[in-house]
Amino acid sequence: MYVAVKGGEAAIDNAHRLLAEVRRGDPAVPDLTVAQIREQMALLVDRVMAEGSLNDPDLAALALKQARGDVVEAVFLVRAFRTTLPRFGASVPLETGRMTLSRRISATFKDLPGGQVLGPTFDYTHRLVDFGLAEGEQLEPAAEAEPREDAAATPRVTDLLGRDGLIEPSPQDDGTPLGDITREPVDFPCDRSTRLQALARGDEGFILALGYSTQRGYGRTHPFVGEVRVGTVAVEFVPEELGFPVLLGTMQVTECQMVNQFKGSREVPPQFTRGYGLVFGQSERKAMAMALVDRALRASELGEPLASPAQDQEFVLAHCDSLQATGFVEHLKLPHYVDFQAELELVRRMRAEAEDKREAAE
Amino acid sequence: MAVTDQGSQTQARRAVMALCAAATGQELATALAGLAAPGAEDIRAPEIGLVMATGRIGGDGRPFNLGEVSVTRAAVRLADGRTGFAYHLGRDRARARRAAILDALWQGEADRPGVEEALAPVARRAAADAAAQARRTAATRVDFLTLARGED
Repeated sequence: MYVAVKGGEAAIDNAHRLLAEVRRGDPAVPDLTVAQIREQMALLVDRVMAEGSLNDPDLAALALKQARGDVVEAVFLVRAFRTTLPRFGASVPLETGRMTLSRRISATFKDLPGGQVLGPTFDYTHRLVDFGLAEGEQLEPAAEAEPREDAAATPRVTDLLGRDGLIEPSPQDDGTPLGDITREPVDFPCDRSTRLQALARGDEGFILALGYSTQRGYGRTHPFVGEVRVGTVAVEFVPEELGFPVLLGTMQVTECQMVNQFKGSREVPPQFTRGYGLVFGQSERKAMAMALVDRALRASELGEPLASPAQDQEFVLAHCDSLQATGFVEHLKLPHYVDFQAELELVRRMRAEAEDKREAAE
Repeated sequence: MAVTDQGSQTQARRAVMALCAAATGQELATALAGLAAPGAEDIRAPEIGLVMATGRIGGDGRPFNLGEVSVTRAAVRLADGRTGFAYHLGRDRARARRAAILDALWQGEADRPGVEEALAPVARRAAADAAAQARRTAATRVDFLTLARGED
């Protein structure tokens, strides 16, 4: 049992004042603005939004500034902020098939209707440090080209396979109410919607490692990237007083359709199955890893043997949240004096008993 | 006929509200300044809250909760009783209130063309931004070729 302590107020206040000063760093170096973080550390901001489970770039940028760039601390600030706000309701489901694409690639088909666009990507860079950036770079303007006629319609790769019945369809909306892990605790086993909510806000490193583990043989799923798309999607909401959907604005998301081999079962012929990833901002690593883990977590639904961590719902969902994980790990540094005194007493008593036994034996 | 009119009027209103959602706070202030808008009182003070953004499994299947978005809403009443609403991503109360006033003004037949004209520069700017973005993206369109393997 944890027994609280008291005292230390002056030291705590002074520690926080010191933190503020250290956060600022050398006063001779200009102060970072929130807009600079939002614009120039955009992928870091995206990660805080995804794991903070709140799309608000300015808030995530400010949280990063306050947290000295610590992602989990920034996630903590964002999650704490959201608890102070009322919820107006749920959006109309996002139409990712109609998003304005800034990037779209497929590893399964080279000739996609609508084409593949690389967009702003680190792929194919040489990963050489650009010392010119340290000097203040001369920016070469982005190239432009006339969009080809077919660029407006970009069907999902999974729709193309679906026409021939070679891939399973998406699970249809059966109207059962959605569970919400921010409102009620998760009961295991839980449905795929609940799992995707947890994965979407899960720690990128943890989800990445689990996805990687499936590739290395711990719950192998034979994945191909059907499609990764990054772009802006309209967010619509039906206010009660209006009764029709209004556009709230647009936001950037990354979507991954993973296509997985499936040898079939007694009921189902051999076909491709799917794993799905969707995250706030631009994060292909997270969306792809999420799709791998989503597919792995369908093992029991598809009659596959359960033998690996990535297939274990409770293991994955109970440990994927960076804030919960850090809370329980880092609480160990808080004063545990009374607990430890009890442990100390116990160890002394056991040693004394062991000593007595040895003496008796001699 | 009446139902269709109702439907097309809702579509037109949604389009104006969408345009306001795409506008910056400054653009909305400029639009309002040109309209000599009457005074407006808050039905509900501009308020920041959350909307749970939902996606669909596989992009087209059963919904799931993706995560929340911050939203600011405003509701105003003009002196003549017209009411207007705005719901925007982000936390800019002044911007949402301006959009609610524009929505209220648009409710009057007489003010409708004026509101739409005042917002026309926003539509032009947004279209130009989208076109420039599409041209930059189009320049990165890639045609991969499959190479024959040497040993075959």
